[in-house]
Amino acid sequence: MIRELGPNDIVYLLEAARWTIALALIAMVAGGVLGLVVAVLRIVAFAPANWLAIGYINLVQGTPLLGQLFIFFFGLPLFGIQVGAWEAAALALSINASAFLGEIWRGSLQSVSPRQWEAGAALGLNYWQRLTSVILPQAVRISIAPTVGYLMQLVKDTSLTALIGFIELTRASQILSAATFKPLQVYGLAAIAYFVICFSLSRLSQHLEKRTHAAR
Amino acid sequence: MPLVEITDIHKSFGLVEVLKGVSLTLEKGEIAAVIGRSGSGKSTMLRCVNGLERVQSGRIVVDGLEVTAPATDLNVLRQRVGMVFQSYNLFPHLNVERNVMLALRKVRRMADAEARDIARAMVAKVGLADKLAAYPDELSGGQQQRVAIARSLAMQPTIMLFDEITSALDPELVGEVLKVLEELAREGMTMMLVTHEMNFAKNVADRVIFMHQGNVHEDGPARETLLEPRTPELGSFLSAVLH
Repeated sequence: MIRELGPNDIVYLLEAARWTIALALIAMVAGGVLGLVVAVLRIVAFAPANWLAIGYINLVQGTPLLGQLFIFFFGLPLFGIQVGAWEAAALALSINASAFLGEIWRGSLQSVSPRQWEAGAALGLNYWQRLTSVILPQAVRISIAPTVGYLMQLVKDTSLTALIGFIELTRASQILSAATFKPLQVYGLAAIAYFVICFSLSRLSQHLEKRTHAAR
Repeated sequence: MPLVEITDIHKSFGLVEVLKGVSLTLEKGEIAAVIGRSGSGKSTMLRCVNGLERVQSGRIVVDGLEVTAPATDLNVLRQRVGMVFQSYNLFPHLNVERNVMLALRKVRRMADAEARDIARAMVAKVGLADKLAAYPDELSGGQQQRVAIARSLAMQPTIMLFDEITSALDPELVGEVLKVLEELAREGMTMMLVTHEMNFAKNVADRVIFMHQGNVHEDGPARETLLEPRTPELGSFLSAVLH
């Protein structure tokens, strides 16, 4: 039965958007922590660690996110591990984010001048102190724009989880569109919601960049 | 025993041999100016002294620590050997005070208050007490270089290495940095400086070491060596830089 699009439906979409945001946040935090490990493994002077990180990055970046979602959602139960759409989505997006953020941060770390490493070394700082006190703070500044750029991508990527039945903004729009038969209005509203989330991130990025001191 | 003892060091970058058996010693309190054409190996030699470059063969002993021994902890050595670079290399994310405090806090494990006191004293010593809160990108080249010297001095090194520290500066800023070096010289700091400032070498250094094609070509008292070079290579180098 086809019905009209009402205020309740907008509330329904906004509630679904909360899951989009929650999923993106989890992937951001878990993927961020793991991504930092990936970035460090990628640059430390220990070849096996570099290979491990490169292999991981290639595997994750070289396969589609949708495939990764399916692997966790349909694959894990085959090994007796029961996962719902929520867990599978959070896991797949976190792993995906860790590879992309790891690469972005690796690039940021390596774009800090080698002379900064030397200046730290000349003062007697050990490798770890140079990395954490000298290089990382500068790399963070460099990484803000590409990191936020990726996070916007991530927000939109959460829409793929609709395909394993996770009810976030896109899946909710599908349901609503089927019920009201007003796809243009429904998906238009969803697009506005995505835009608001991403635009906020972009403003946050500009704010952060202004606050930190630039590397020359 | 000399403070620095370099014995027959060899260093190559790929197929290019930059140091071809350099030997020299430096006594405590001595000020040696290292001069020579670009590519003569003077900067590389200096960077070997604190282990920023590893040698292929030969031996370097600094303040009783064998730099070239694999077991030596270079981070310990570098607490005693200060180094200032041509490009200042201040930490751009930290203000002047924090730049000087960093190694005191991390390496010497000092409390913030103690480190801050030392940092303020060192920054005042190079005449920048009013710039403690400034970030490196708000300072002139000469000011940045003076902060870099203060940052290094804060660790109370037994010897200071200066790698062409005035070469990147505008001519009118060179003087303020050299003044700091003269002050250090008066205090009796042991210094080894790679420089193109021949007047400074003549007036402040005790010794001039002329490097040529990866070797020490002449080594003698500063005034004498610069005024009456014994080898035609130094003679032609001097006439090229002085005119």
